[in-house]
Amino acid sequence: MTSPLLTVRNLSVTYPGDDGDVRAVRNVSFTLGRERLGIVGESGSGKSTTGRAIMGLVGHPGRIAADELRLGDQDLRGLSEHGFRKLRGKRIAMVLQDPKYSLDPVMSVGQQIAETHRTHLRSNPRDARRAALEMLEAVHIRDPERVYTMYPHQVSGGMGQRVMIAMMLIAGPDILIADEPTSALDVTVQTQVLAIMDELVRGRGMGLLLISHNLHLVSSFCDRVLVMYAGQVLETCEAGKLAEAKHPYTRGLLAALPQLGHRRADLPQLQRDPTWMADLV
Amino acid sequence: MIALADVTIAYGTGPRAVVAVHDLTLAVAEGEAVGLVGESGSGKSTVLRAIAGLIPYASGEITLGGRRVQRRRSTAERKMTQMVFQDPYGSLHPNQTVDQILALPVAIHRLDRGEARIVQALAEVGLGPEHRYRYPHQLSGGQRQRVAIARALILEPRILLLDEPTSALDVSVQAEILNLLARLRRDHGLTLLMVSHDLAVIAHLCERIGVMSRGHVVEITTATAMANNQVTHDYTRELLRSNAGFDRSGADRNLDVTAA
Amino acid sequence: MTAAVPGTARAWLLSPAPASRLQARCGHWFRAWLNFRRNKLAMTGLGIVILLVLMAVFAPLIADRQATTLQVLADRLQPASWQHPFGTDELGRDIFARVVFGSRITLTIVAMVAVIVVPVGLAIGLPAGYFGGVVDKVLMRITDIFLAFPRLVLALAFAAALGPGIENAVIAIALTAWPPYARLARAETLTRRRAEFIQAAELQGASALRIIATQIVPLCLPSVIVRLTLDMAGIILTAAGLGFLGLGAQPPAPEWGAMVSSGRQVLLDQWWVATIPGLAIFIVSLGFNLLGDGLRDAGDARS
Repeated sequence: MTSPLLTVRNLSVTYPGDDGDVRAVRNVSFTLGRERLGIVGESGSGKSTTGRAIMGLVGHPGRIAADELRLGDQDLRGLSEHGFRKLRGKRIAMVLQDPKYSLDPVMSVGQQIAETHRTHLRSNPRDARRAALEMLEAVHIRDPERVYTMYPHQVSGGMGQRVMIAMMLIAGPDILIADEPTSALDVTVQTQVLAIMDELVRGRGMGLLLISHNLHLVSSFCDRVLVMYAGQVLETCEAGKLAEAKHPYTRGLLAALPQLGHRRADLPQLQRDPTWMADLV
Repeated sequence: MIALADVTIAYGTGPRAVVAVHDLTLAVAEGEAVGLVGESGSGKSTVLRAIAGLIPYASGEITLGGRRVQRRRSTAERKMTQMVFQDPYGSLHPNQTVDQILALPVAIHRLDRGEARIVQALAEVGLGPEHRYRYPHQLSGGQRQRVAIARALILEPRILLLDEPTSALDVSVQAEILNLLARLRRDHGLTLLMVSHDLAVIAHLCERIGVMSRGHVVEITTATAMANNQVTHDYTRELLRSNAGFDRSGADRNLDVTAA
Repeated sequence: MTAAVPGTARAWLLSPAPASRLQARCGHWFRAWLNFRRNKLAMTGLGIVILLVLMAVFAPLIADRQATTLQVLADRLQPASWQHPFGTDELGRDIFARVVFGSRITLTIVAMVAVIVVPVGLAIGLPAGYFGGVVDKVLMRITDIFLAFPRLVLALAFAAALGPGIENAVIAIALTAWPPYARLARAETLTRRRAEFIQAAELQGASALRIIATQIVPLCLPSVIVRLTLDMAGIILTAAGLGFLGLGAQPPAPEWGAMVSSGRQVLLDQWWVATIPGLAIFIVSLGFNLLGDGLRDAGDARS
């Protein structure tokens, strides 16, 4: 059994608040191997904060604490911003929801991809350009030469996400964290983008951490799913076995979703049990 | 109740005009709930805005409650049709309390018993007096959407337009809002026209569903037919397939795109 | 921050469930105040401005009004002493009293300009942004015309035409100061124009006037006020500049700029005559700047 790519044990992220500390993430533990792991939760569940903590993007005044937070053999706890910057892109990459906000609007997309290559692999401009074009082809863009010269505002949502994936994977990171990567996309485009991520992640033996609020999408795409609520992981489900979930929160969430084939007069509303907020550990 | 006949809606004029909706014909009977589903660029939200009188339409005829309407509406015409917007954060004035937000339509239409109407509107959407004087940033997303619904209903409209009312909400909150909308529709005999990209949400609330793509209605079907996959148009089939989640075995999936 | 003790005014203000319009409004402003209070520099600016206002209001209690014009030529150009905390000027007048009473003139000019430029700016910028089209073009070209005038030169021209004096100085400053406010109001309106809550108001049948007045103006005011406080420094300096050139307030009025001007001749030996009023101008301008920065930061933090 190969060692996991990412090990997280008892990760906690705390923010100081007006009425005491806010614990956005509480004692979250999981490992990520060469697989697709999904983290699902509603707003405020702490799923995005977890992803950010791993990337070192939890800024002051947030505080991170963990018994173990390792990327391979690199300890991420207490790593400086300088240290994280060397890792980001090269060993760990992140794709966010809207490429409009992640791409520099005054540079062509091709140049940005090439720049990532040059930064992390210290290549010369010609090699970087070639690598960027290859990467654009890898995300199934048929006319990479043309797209290379386009600016972010000229590319549609789906293509923008492909560009982001290309940019994030070009330096060959070990894991990819995708935070709501398809939420802003049309439904037909969503499946395409996920398929591309799937293909690349499998082909490169990477691990993928998919963070989303969309239960069905995550459970149909990922190998395992973590369900988060109020900063904690309440349940872990295997792929496609979401219907057999045990925790009342997960079951309640599933029941509250309208289903195409199953019309009900009233959707059963989620009854929040205060005991779900209690510390599990 | 709502009748669109060969309606064309365009942005801009002259040679640079972009036609968003082409020759749309659609009818919604009184008390019926019809959904419009489609992806971005399909024109579904544009149709809603034209019916609401927020944008003009280039040709055709829009009839509401038997009367032909244009972009400019009289106060009486405004009273009949109200809308709930997608973004609960953007549809409420950030510097006004819930009370002020609900008092505005009362003042515009000079309705009597304003105080009683505001209290009743809040109660109907499940909010209490403790919410009345809060600002939008002191409310949760679901509560804001309830305020938006209360605002829409305080004028006692007969037509309620819904523009992706639950897209920005969490799953658990979405269920509450959908239940609320279903109940209000029953209680007030409202005619609903709802727009969404989520097939399951539309099928839950609406009986008939229009599928739009690139400004055209490609099919008008029913929720039952969709559930049984008895649809006629290829695009509808594609929507249904994507809606079912990620299909691992999608070997026939074409992933290529070009910049054109 | 300490939690609110129930039953106190603080609890009433911070209540999460206000029971009336008044309580909601007060609570809103109180929270904004708490936010503002965290900024030390901004509080310094506020302190300075409050000091200026107090000084102007209570001037007769702080200094002797007669001393502002009492010329004791035997005592001219005296350095600081118990009798004259800031010394005397070239005509033997007490500089301290003149500075204190000069604050009234400064405040008057600043207030009069503010009262003119804000309404004019809003009246022109709001319709331009809301209606667009021809209305926008016409109003903005008018704005451009006024924007093209250099402030001091226009003030000089006005003074030459109408004669010197505070009122004319105020008009001259106001005439060139309003265009940025019109632009600001227009920009804010354009930003909000397509907001959904504006569309909702249209949907309800609100007239353009009602929408502008009840929905858009409250959103424009914060940035306009911030701009105004930041502009205050410039207005004070312009007024001082006019005073320095002999326009604006006329002798023997203790206008700070005029005091700096008349102290020029003796700057090297009796430095206090020009420097003290200059310092007053500097401190007040700084105060307004810090206040304006603080207001803007407070506004940004909340949005």
